[in-house]
Amino acid sequence: MQTFNFLAITPEIAVAALTLILLAMGLLIPDGARKGMMPLTVFGLLGILGYTVYDFFFGKMGPAFQGMYFHDAFADFFKMLFLVAALLVVLSSGEYVQKFPAYRGDFYALLVAAILGMMLMAGAADLLTFYVGLELMTITFYILVGYMPHDGRSSEAGIKYLVLGAASSAILLYGISFIYGLTGSTQLYQVAMGLGSKVNPPVILATVFVLAGFGFKISLVPFHMWAPDIYEGAPTPVTAFLAVASKAAAFAALIRVYLVTLENQSFAQTGIALLLILASLTMIIGNLVAIPQKNIKRLLAFSSVAQAGYLMVGVIAESVPGVKGVLFYAMIYVFANMGAFAVATYIGQAQGSDEIRDYAGLARRSPLAAAVMTASVLSLAGIPPLAGFVGKFYLFSAVMDTGYQAIAYIGFVMSMVSVYYYLSIVKVMYLGEGEGLPDIPVRGAAKFAMVFAMLITLFVGIYPSPLAQMAMAAANSLLQ
Amino acid sequence: MNFSVGLSTYLLVGAMLFCLGLYGLFAKKNVVAILMSIELMLNAVNLNFVAFNRFLATDRLIGNVAALFVIVLAAAEVAVGLALVIAIYRSRQTTNVDEFNWLKW
Repeated sequence: MQTFNFLAITPEIAVAALTLILLAMGLLIPDGARKGMMPLTVFGLLGILGYTVYDFFFGKMGPAFQGMYFHDAFADFFKMLFLVAALLVVLSSGEYVQKFPAYRGDFYALLVAAILGMMLMAGAADLLTFYVGLELMTITFYILVGYMPHDGRSSEAGIKYLVLGAASSAILLYGISFIYGLTGSTQLYQVAMGLGSKVNPPVILATVFVLAGFGFKISLVPFHMWAPDIYEGAPTPVTAFLAVASKAAAFAALIRVYLVTLENQSFAQTGIALLLILASLTMIIGNLVAIPQKNIKRLLAFSSVAQAGYLMVGVIAESVPGVKGVLFYAMIYVFANMGAFAVATYIGQAQGSDEIRDYAGLARRSPLAAAVMTASVLSLAGIPPLAGFVGKFYLFSAVMDTGYQAIAYIGFVMSMVSVYYYLSIVKVMYLGEGEGLPDIPVRGAAKFAMVFAMLITLFVGIYPSPLAQMAMAAANSLLQ
Repeated sequence: MNFSVGLSTYLLVGAMLFCLGLYGLFAKKNVVAILMSIELMLNAVNLNFVAFNRFLATDRLIGNVAALFVIVLAAAEVAVGLALVIAIYRSRQTTNVDEFNWLKW
């Protein structure tokens, strides 16, 4: 008789229950009375977040389900990240969702189902568990990206994401099937033991295929081509969630798979050469192509490609400080990017346009939104005293300690390049005239989400040690 | 002539299926055909899993279970995919991917 420790997956069970409740409510409640779904989602997610924070500090950690699933501080850190990101998305998109056709009651249910997939990815100790989590997340995102059936751009983005996402899943799976063939197992530690230290063609094939699959999910160059189109066509709250949470989930799984199987040299030798090149290319191309962009969502898409490159630098460091840097940066990236996307959502639905030139004079028309956007993009650019500076400092110092100086220099230079296009948004907002464009007062939950994101970005930049200690604890739990 | 079907035969067929799927992904113009190409790639994966399970790790059934998981998830993926195809067909009266160009690449 096997025993299952269901306590280890309490947040997952709670999220699954919340999904089903929201789905049932969306069907049962009449069209007019669906305003209650947003507060229910917010309070449900807050409750689960509270439990996860408690679990992070005081929970009993350890592998669960015969080593199929990890319940450790690393997974809990990422679960907190997904929940915070989802909360900010839900809070900042209330008015946007109200404009959906009345019969669509499943937006929040889908959003919460995506969180469940991400949580499974962060905790997966088996390649099969990881794959199921990944598909739960991406299939939900296909629906969310193409959520507006009467908007051709949304459907087009949905179908492009589906074709490319499914193809990349197939490539990832082909790699996993070879790993299974080489080791006779899909459980991560058994894979690590089974691979041995020889580098031979099947190992290289499996490594390249698995890393290519991951590369697509985190939009590494040259697998980034989907990002701008999908980010532009998707509903803006979905874009925000896609840019922040799905990328973080893929990083969680990548770090686990890569660093656990690193114990044997065969996977790492192929992997590190590949990752060094891809991370450098990602930082260079992401930042350079962002410069000529005219649409705020496309600009943020290329900026998020570049940010994936910075995060990759921490993975390449292959050390506790490197993983800590990735965790820290991923968390502050949530707040910075969510601040920017909350403003983009709000301004986009008020003006009906996502072009950067329509942000002209925003500092006069909507001072709060302009301030939040400025703080967010400066944090993304890594300007002190905002949080992004501290995060980049951790990432680049970790990789310097490991001995890869060149990639750190590329990162420095590209951060400076990124300041140019980030500041061009600020310039339009503060120096542009904005004749004839409406005043946009920010109200309600969106205001709270924006101010909260900005305050955390400022606070962590000035006083990073609490978050840094949490990231350290999570990184230690992974690399024991 | 003594002809035996071993693991390498299955892997070869799997690799051929995978390459055919990949070719179809890039060469086909109809989005439904592209979805079928992706199915071919996933079936190559299934063949690999089952063949590895049969020839290398006969004591445990992980490979067969993995193949079942892949089949289920591929069905879910195609269900969503066809729904999206219908949505886009309603607005444009076409399933040709060359005409899905409102968002520039």
